Amino acid sequence: MELQSKLAILADAAKYDASCASSGAVKVNSLDGKGVGSTGGMGICHSYAPDGRCISLLKVLLTNLCIYDCHYCINRRSSNVRRAAFTAEEVVKLTLDFYKRNYIEGLFLSSGIIRNADHTMEMVIDVARTLREAYDFRGYIHLKTIPEASPGLIEIAARYADRISINLELPTQKSLDVLAPEKSIVRTRHAMGRIRNRLDEAHDRRKNGDKKLRHATGQSTQVIVGADESTDADFLARSDDLYGNFKLRRVYYSAFSPIPEPSSILPVKPPPLVREHRLYQADWLMRFYGFKTSEILTPETPNLDLELDPKLAWALRNRQDFPVDVQTASREALLRVPGLGGTSVQRILQIRRHTRIRQADLLRLRISLAKIQPFLKTADHNPSAYLLDSDRLRARFLPKPKQLELFAK
Amino acid sequence: MRSVDPGKSFISWRDAARRMLADHVPPEEILWEAERGLFPAVVTNGTPPEKLKVPAAFVDLAQNVSCHNDPSRWALLYQILWRIVRNGEKHLVSIASDPDVSQALLFARAVRKEIHKMHAFVRFRLIDADETGRERYAAWFEPDHHVIEAGAPFFKKRFSNMDWSIFSPKSCAHWDGEHLTFTPGIPHDPTKSHDELEAAWRTYYRSIFNPARLKVKMMKQEMPVRYWKNLPEADLIHELISGSNNRVAGMLAEEPRPVKPRPKNAYLDKLRALSAEEAD
Repeated sequence: MELQSKLAILADAAKYDASCASSGAVKVNSLDGKGVGSTGGMGICHSYAPDGRCISLLKVLLTNLCIYDCHYCINRRSSNVRRAAFTAEEVVKLTLDFYKRNYIEGLFLSSGIIRNADHTMEMVIDVARTLREAYDFRGYIHLKTIPEASPGLIEIAARYADRISINLELPTQKSLDVLAPEKSIVRTRHAMGRIRNRLDEAHDRRKNGDKKLRHATGQSTQVIVGADESTDADFLARSDDLYGNFKLRRVYYSAFSPIPEPSSILPVKPPPLVREHRLYQADWLMRFYGFKTSEILTPETPNLDLELDPKLAWALRNRQDFPVDVQTASREALLRVPGLGGTSVQRILQIRRHTRIRQADLLRLRISLAKIQPFLKTADHNPSAYLLDSDRLRARFLPKPKQLELFAK
Repeated sequence: MRSVDPGKSFISWRDAARRMLADHVPPEEILWEAERGLFPAVVTNGTPPEKLKVPAAFVDLAQNVSCHNDPSRWALLYQILWRIVRNGEKHLVSIASDPDVSQALLFARAVRKEIHKMHAFVRFRLIDADETGRERYAAWFEPDHHVIEAGAPFFKKRFSNMDWSIFSPKSCAHWDGEHLTFTPGIPHDPTKSHDELEAAWRTYYRSIFNPARLKVKMMKQEMPVRYWKNLPEADLIHELISGSNNRVAGMLAEEPRPVKPRPKNAYLDKLRALSAEEAD
């Protein structure tokens, strides 16, 4: 098969993986090397597809042949999709060629499971090894690993990859049993534990100037949203577990997408994309804003509000905590004000040492007054208790009705 | 009123600003302009520039602001500098809500963003290779702001083992393996070359797009249309968007595929046994 046809099949086969990050890598460059490449600092999105997703890495499968039968996946063995397989040299050459033209930050390599976990893993590692050792490639490499691969292979993967990931795909074993019968949460968690140990080791080695594991910095995973009955609380509880126990850099939430070759076990019924967005927002609140899962979701409401972002929804449930005084409130309290992000809070903390903050100051900090006014007291604005207690507060923030579109046509 | 030439860079503006500050010329008496205007340009200076102590935060901010395309940037920087040095507003730069500072922060943000987009959207084309195999690449990039100098070191670090040039109307950067040099900007792309790898890149772009999650607004927000004309993949966008509805309808109409029987496979048997153990 011609290389371009393989690329078309094996990029298409990889596009359901939401992971795209190229950030968080150790700083390296090619000044003292033979090849190309640099990493460090923030990732770079070299293009965007019309699906709004960033294109940062050459994201391909080594092969889309697979002996597993995961029903949400176009590459499962029961699908009649066209199959293809790259050779290691083909992927190496494509990565370098794309990289030198500044199309990408590096390679994201995954694969269907062929023969068994170790065999598949060895093929994937071979590509990374060739890039690093034969071509002194110093760009970003993300390798997908398989929980059942032997620990020795995980260690070798950590030698070449900046990021390692295992996709959990579904948050409970019950769901996996139905939709991905070959997968196991127990085995995935064990493997994540082993990866975490390797990454901790890499961290220590770097401090001593040891270059053996110089690239390895993090692991991530993906869960599919809307393919099973799991609630948002199930997803966030699982994320809590993964961030806490395995120090994952990221959990990606990927809304279940219609695929060609739908399975009879899982007929196509795409969830609203906004649900995925809300999960990312909630995840963000947990990681950077000091929210606990139990504050974001309650036993009575195990799913996120699709109409309001989770911080605003929390604030509306906790009106007794507001208004907050911009001049005196703690950093933590300010971070909980809907409409205030990390940068804004940082600036407010600096500014208020020198000046009394007024509405016009907030405008010049490019903070949306409409969103913030009911929650934040400034030198010239005290949110009226009436508005704050009013049920109309929620109505104020709901998205505008879309009926107008009917007339626009 | 005097006319002062800021030059083209932070350094040239800084030198001129130091002289003005040494002469205690207030901001409202200076017209920062490159060409000689209504007022006689200042060529000499009476007072030698003093060593100024300004906060590092101001220097960082000013370096970014000076790359902005807005002609008012030089006056804005001098206004802030004057307030810091002559009005004693030492903390001015940290007051992001101050009208002058917030304007400067906006300029700086636009510049940082443009540098980032340069790192993202420069597309090299292979020109040729010498007898040792060392390759030469060239790119054409059209930034809104004067970011070529600030953006180029990134490419030196990343592509130190290939020769490259980035041509642009603002200025041009060149790397030959030893020296990073800059030449004046040029109006048109001087390389009419075509790179065959672009076909593979376009295949990739087409295939990585998921038609079931169209988010055109998001794409345009991150990849503004003004960059599209120099991106080899961008002319696919229209056909990908217009074909997406049909593709999704096609998927939804497909008959669900039956589950194929589990193949005889020792590895799958092993997984099954492991799972049974875990369930106990």
